[in-house]
Amino acid sequence: MNPRIRNIAALVIFGGFAILPVIAHLVGDSFLVVIATRILAFAIAALALDLILGYGGMVSFGHAAYLGFGAYAVAILSRAGITDLGLHLLAGTAMAAPFALITGAISLRTRGVYFIMITLAFAQMVYFFFVSLSAYGGDDGVTLQARSTLLGQPLLENDTTLLYVTLALLVGSYLLALRITQSRFGRVLTGTRENAVRMQAVGFSPFRYQLTAYVISGCIASIAGVMLANQTEFVSPALMNWHRSGELIVMVVLGGVGNLIGAVGGAVIALLLEEWLSGMSDHWPLFFGLFLVGIVLVSRDGISGLIRRIGGGVK
Amino acid sequence: MTNLFLLQLLNGLQFGVLLFLIAAGLTLVFGIMDFVNLSHGAMYMVGAYLVVSFAGMTGSYTLGLLLVLPATLALGLALEFLVFRHLYDRSHLDQVLATFGLVMVITEAVEIIWGAAPLTVAMPDALSGSIPLIGPLRYPVFRLAIIAAGLLTAVGLWFVITRTRIGMRLRAGATNRAMLSALGVDVGRLFTVIFAFGAMLAGFAGAMVAPILAVDPGMGESVLILAFVVIVIGGIGSIKGAFAGALLVGVVDTVGRTFGPIALGAMMEPSAAAQAGRVLAPMLVYILMAVILALRPAGLFGQRA
Repeated sequence: MNPRIRNIAALVIFGGFAILPVIAHLVGDSFLVVIATRILAFAIAALALDLILGYGGMVSFGHAAYLGFGAYAVAILSRAGITDLGLHLLAGTAMAAPFALITGAISLRTRGVYFIMITLAFAQMVYFFFVSLSAYGGDDGVTLQARSTLLGQPLLENDTTLLYVTLALLVGSYLLALRITQSRFGRVLTGTRENAVRMQAVGFSPFRYQLTAYVISGCIASIAGVMLANQTEFVSPALMNWHRSGELIVMVVLGGVGNLIGAVGGAVIALLLEEWLSGMSDHWPLFFGLFLVGIVLVSRDGISGLIRRIGGGVK
Repeated sequence: MTNLFLLQLLNGLQFGVLLFLIAAGLTLVFGIMDFVNLSHGAMYMVGAYLVVSFAGMTGSYTLGLLLVLPATLALGLALEFLVFRHLYDRSHLDQVLATFGLVMVITEAVEIIWGAAPLTVAMPDALSGSIPLIGPLRYPVFRLAIIAAGLLTAVGLWFVITRTRIGMRLRAGATNRAMLSALGVDVGRLFTVIFAFGAMLAGFAGAMVAPILAVDPGMGESVLILAFVVIVIGGIGSIKGAFAGALLVGVVDTVGRTFGPIALGAMMEPSAAAQAGRVLAPMLVYILMAVILALRPAGLFGQRA
């Protein structure tokens, strides 16, 4: 994607969320802030997925597991009396990183369809682990006593503050991911996606680069889990159901693969569509599903591909 | 203890045979067309729902089962015509997206037609009893019938694939699709046949298992994931691998759930063992898959990684 267009898109999206609480206040609909926070949290996860999917060609079908690590970090630490958001983020990352390292190392021995399936299987493993964790409600999940604290204060109980903190984490993740992809590391990663054998011949070890990216992606996704737990004040294994991993892929592909801001836009589109459809019909998944099938059938590169095509095929 | 083990082994075999019926279609589509079809599990669910309705209409489970076969075959053909054939030359990502959408559509459609509450169907009287195995041990006839039907299907598939012309093409397609096409085989038509046939097998599995399960909209998904595990363990595209993988997963899952806690109990105190057993049992097949893939990235009978 053209860097200027990307910057404009980023400014529009992030700026839009930044002024959203004002708009919500003006129209008197505080629920907008709640939805927006949810969208922002999922955008972090979608961004994390795009980092490995778009740049590394690694189609992870198990990224919901990392949402779970973040969310359960909040649940577990809160119950132990540790309520600080920073520590929650750290703990989520501390669970996500070793898991990503070990399962990533095994998964990266495989390619293509195998990779999709093995990441799915590992995520299912985590899913069933938390389902059987009866101390934290098992299948039913656990309701949080309160949101995480910031600097020892219950600042996040205010929905608007929570939105701004989530937005800050998203922007931070975005800038980090952008920086990573524009570095030498990112170029090796992209090169590996295009031709792993050639990268090896040039003298790089693709496996180490891919694994590092995989771990970073998992850690960023765990941040999304921490914020989602805070937004709903409820944590359950349903957060890491394989459907959720599918939804993350949907977001990335809808918005356009491999430019980071597309993933953010995709999260916005997918969740708004879900919100809108579910308001119209109880059977909204039917229409959402038809929409997905339709998008794939008419366009090769999600909505961004569609826009490009309508705009005259200029890349 | 031995009796319990034997019982669980048979249950595992029955589950494994069922998984094979689902995995067989999935692995052919996967292996030959390199196509990720997430909606395959939905066919299993549709098969189960259809047998509930057909059995209700005809008053006979057996007749219902026979009607499910053409119905799911037709549904497979329709989906292939409407959606799948447009996705063969597309990326895995597009296939994941479209078939993920299809899962949502089919699941929701099933809920609209049959409701979200679980349904049941009565098994035929002739198969509803149980027969003695050894000593006091008895086993339900219906489950034995499922095992028999699954094994017969496996033998039939083996015959078709190793002994017939279409089987030869399937094997050729799994090895080198471009070459097969260059040799003048209408690959497109071959794909259509496999898709529809796979859908029918999955529907058959769903219809067969309906009398011993609650038929609900979530049943397709859990089975789909396990079927993926099966074919990844067995090696994508290999029917032999799917068979071995299915029996392995079926037995490990079923026996592990019962004997895992018992085995752990021998090593640690009972309450800790029970807790650890509950946590580990559902993860067992995924651990099995991770170990097998770590040792053999292409699966037990796979050629390509």
